[in-house]
Parts: sequence; structure tokens; C-alpha cells
Amino acid sequence: MIEHAGINLSGDPRRRMKERLVHGAFSAAAAVSILIGAAIVVSLLGRALEFLTQIEPGWLLAGGWFPRRNQFGLSTIFAGTLVVAAIAMAVAAPLGLGTAVFLAEYAGPDTRRRLKPIVEILAGIPSIVVGFFALAVISPSVIQRLFDDTGLFNLAAAGIGVGILTVPLIATIAEDAMRAVPGAMREASYGLGARRRSTSLRVVVPAAVSGIVASLIVGFSRAIGETMVVAIVAGGTGGASFTLRPLDFGQTATGAMAALATGSDQVKGVGPAFPSLFFVGLLLFAATFGLNVVSERFVRRVRRSY
Amino acid sequence: MGSVATDATAGAVRAAITGRRRDVAGSVFALLLAAALVMSLAFLTVLLVDVGVRGIPVIAERGVGFFTSGTSTSAARAGIDQALVGSLLLAAIVAVVAFPLGIGAAVYLEEYARDTRLTRIITANIRNLAGVPSIVYGILGLVLFVEALGGVLPMRATGNLLSGGLTLAVLVLPIVIITSAEALRAVPSSIREAAYGVGATRWEVIRGHVLPCAAPGVLTGTVLALARAFGETAPLLLVGAVTGFFSTGSAGGVDRLLGSPYTALPVQIFDWTRAPDPAFQDLAAAGIVAMVVALLAVNGFAIWLRNRYERKW
Repeated sequence: MIEHAGINLSGDPRRRMKERLVHGAFSAAAAVSILIGAAIVVSLLGRALEFLTQIEPGWLLAGGWFPRRNQFGLSTIFAGTLVVAAIAMAVAAPLGLGTAVFLAEYAGPDTRRRLKPIVEILAGIPSIVVGFFALAVISPSVIQRLFDDTGLFNLAAAGIGVGILTVPLIATIAEDAMRAVPGAMREASYGLGARRRSTSLRVVVPAAVSGIVASLIVGFSRAIGETMVVAIVAGGTGGASFTLRPLDFGQTATGAMAALATGSDQVKGVGPAFPSLFFVGLLLFAATFGLNVVSERFVRRVRRSY
Repeated sequence: MGSVATDATAGAVRAAITGRRRDVAGSVFALLLAAALVMSLAFLTVLLVDVGVRGIPVIAERGVGFFTSGTSTSAARAGIDQALVGSLLLAAIVAVVAFPLGIGAAVYLEEYARDTRLTRIITANIRNLAGVPSIVYGILGLVLFVEALGGVLPMRATGNLLSGGLTLAVLVLPIVIITSAEALRAVPSSIREAAYGVGATRWEVIRGHVLPCAAPGVLTGTVLALARAFGETAPLLLVGAVTGFFSTGSAGGVDRLLGSPYTALPVQIFDWTRAPDPAFQDLAAAGIVAMVVALLAVNGFAIWLRNRYERKW
């Protein structure tokens, strides 16, 4: 209670009560986000450990991923995930960074205002749509036409599809980083007689390099977490053997989870196949979480410098 | 001297500096950059055209029947009725759960929280949640909203509309928080100080001034989050969305929410994509046309909202 000269200045008690209730409600809403983070870790950890107690360690070293035959070859889904993510980055890194440099350094304000929303629309395309596109167009009309004797289901088509989904993410984060570079640095460069290309490549890009690296890490993280394109076109629905060939069909971490989920009614309760979902989920979560934390560091470095 | 800076002299100066040499490498570089942008947009165009060419004839031929028939094992009779209803109900649950929670958390972070370690942990946690792959949210939904919730409520064992809606709500919550927090941050502090100056309490300042000023930005963010939830497939596969034929029957009310199987538009499209009969591929394309039209309308509304009501302070 605040008192001055015998008068109570702390206000109407009902009004103060209301203030406290509202404060409590907002704090509770914020606490929910912490609970969600904790719930993800707990639900993954508990079930993943349960899975590990159900299996023999050798099953994880099998030469393929066939959950119903107790073959949980982690190397298979690691290899599949890496092949798909590498192809995705090979598509998305040049296109995304090129788009970012164009929008940030070359496009006039009008052009940028018109093109930016289109890039945002590309970012809003659901992955199921790109998955259908990969199966209906990319695989038969591009991959199968370029490489004879390739099946309809292959890792290459999945990688290109995931790459399309990653382009807008890389483009927007990298563009933000480059636009955060102060104009004075560009003007100083032009003042020394540098052309636009040297200014972009030797002044702006090095100054924004933390943000650009962050955009690539976030893109990579998105690529390994992308599910539907892989579930549709990578061909690992019934399991797959170890492969590093992009033209083979294969299985990724996310694809394995989707396959287990869609077959869950038949698999549930029969051996460790279904619980393996939680173990793969935990590995995927750990990988993307690690990548996000690293990219966060890079982004903070950009913010600190300007 | 003052009139020297004309276009003609600018050109002359540039010619003198460059020594009239053509900057071939520079032009090639500019062309490559433009090509990157054009390629990205070409993907979008080819994708939309291809889906349209396959899907629109199906919708034209089937007419209203495509929207009023349910799942079927025959491509000629299958439609998106159950999927569309499911998606709309899921979106409603997301709106009811994620919007108040997300906006509330954003208000706490921007208006109440001091810059303590705990606040920084909460913010970092939210940014990390936004980067968690959507299928991992499916696992969370399976454990929390199917198994745990199934122990409390009498419901379908493999999941129902409520499980799906809650899972999607949790999935978009970080997006709602981040976009709302940005909108709240853009409200200048002079508005808050003016309200405090005439004796308003913190809640009165927020309700009467900060929230109304931030409303367009908050609304845009929530609409975009809703669009994201509308297009999600992977997490729903884990919380009981049906791929394949099922009958909704005459279930209504609570039974519809808790006891019945359900599906959603993207899940239905996924199911058709996997079907061996090519007629289902065209149905999938038609479903995508319906979904993309709905999404473009929603996103367009959000962008219109932003342009119409956004204020620069």
C-alpha cells in the first residue's frame, strides 16, 4: 500500500485485483510455450529410450531400413537424408542467394516491391503441393528423361522438390542480412570507383556473411525436416536399402516417420517397428535443434555489428 | 556551375571512369542474378500451370459433385466433402486455441516481461520451436492429444478432430507469437506513455491503446498462421487423420469432434497421390487447385489487410 499524508494512493482494490489477474493470464500464456518445448523433449526421450530397450543393438547397424523385419539401419536413413538435403541445397543455395543479391542490390524499389510478395507466395506453398509436382513432373519429365533406367521414385526428384521449398527461406533471410548493411558502406565503395558487382561481392556480401551463413544453415535444417515431398517421391514407403546414389529410391528420417505413421494401424503393437518412430523423431529433433541454435548465433553476430 | 549535374554529364563521367570499356563480367553477373530470380518464379509458374491443366478439367466435369462427395474407392465418385469440412473444423480449433494463447504470450513478452534471463530463454525457445520440423509436432500430438487426452476423454483411440486441431494449434503457436510480438513492438512508446500519463493501468493501456494500434499487424500474422495450418499434412498423419476410405455417417456435435474418424484437404490429396489408378492423380490435382485457391484468397486477404491498415509511426 502506498500512503502519503494519511491518504491511500494505491488505488481501487478491485482495479488492482484485475491488473494482477490479467498479468497472471498473460504470464500463463507465455509459460505455455516453455511447456511445449519441454513436452516435445520429454515425449521424444521417453519413447525413444523405450524403443532402445526393445531392440538388439545390432539391428541399428543393418544394411537397410525395414522396420517390419527388425532392420533399423540408421546409416540408411542418414545417407538418404543427406543425399536429399545435399541435392536440395545444390538447387536452393544458388537460386536463393542469387535472388537475395538481386533483390537487395540490383532491383530498384519498385521492382522489389512487386517481386517480394511473389517470393512470399512461393514460401507459402504447402509441401504436399510440391510433393505432387515432384511425382507428376520433376521425376518423369526431368529425372527419368535425363537418366535412362531410373525408376519413378528416386532421391533426386525428392531433393529437387525439397530444394524448391527451401529457396524462399534462404532468399528472405539472406536478403534481410544484406539490406541490414548500412548504405554508407556501399557509397564508400562506389566512391572508390568500384562497380556494382565488386560492391556487392566484396563489400556487401562479406559484411553480411554471418546472415548469409545463417540462411544456409536454416535452409539445410528445413531440408532435413521436410516430410511430404520425400514421403511421396523418394520411394521408401516399404523400406529401403542403404544407398548414396541419387537415382536410387531410398529412405530419409522424415520419410521413415511418415511411412510408419501411415501404416500405423497395422504396425501398432507388433514389435518395435512403431516405437522406432520416436527414436528417429528424437534424432531429427536433435539435428534441427542444433542447426537452429548455431544459425541463431550467426544472426546475432550480424545484429551486433550494425 | 550549378547546372552541370545533368544526365549527359553523368554519362560522360561514367564513360571517362570506365574508359569506355564494356563491363562484360559485371553484365554477366547481373544476368545470372536475374536468372536465379526468374528460375525461382518459373518453378512457381510451371507448378501452378501443371496442377491447373490437370485439375481444372476434373472440377469442370464433376462440378459441384466434386465438393459434395466424400471419400470413395472409385475415382469417379470421390470428392473433397469430408476433407474440406475437416480442414475448416481444424482451422476453427486452431483459431480458438492458438490465437488467444499466441497473442497473450506476445503481450506478455512485449508489455510485461523485463529483460531477464528467463525472458531471453522464453524468446529463444519460441524461435527454436518455430524451426522444429512439422512431423515432430505430430509425435507431440500423438503423445499429448491422442494418448494422454484419450485417457481423460471418451474418444476415438487413434485420434480425432480435436487431436488434429490441437496439434496444428501448437505447431503454429510460435508463428503467432513472433508475428504478434513484432506488431506490438512497432507501436511507439509515446502512445503508452500518454495513456499512463492520464492514469491508466497497464492492462488499460494494453486493451485501450496498444492492442488496437497493433491489431492490423497481429491480424495479418494470425491469418498467415492459419494458412500454414491449413496446408500442413505430416503432423496430421500421426494424430489419426484417415488416408483412405471412411464414412462420416450422421455423426454430429461432440461425437463429430471426439468419436469420428476425420481427414483434411492436404491429407486427402496425399492419399490420392499415392493411389495407383491415374484417375486419382487428376483428383489430387483438382484437390490442389481447390486448396491453392483457398490459400491464395486467405494470403491475399492478409496482404490486403496489411496494406490497408498498416500505419508507419
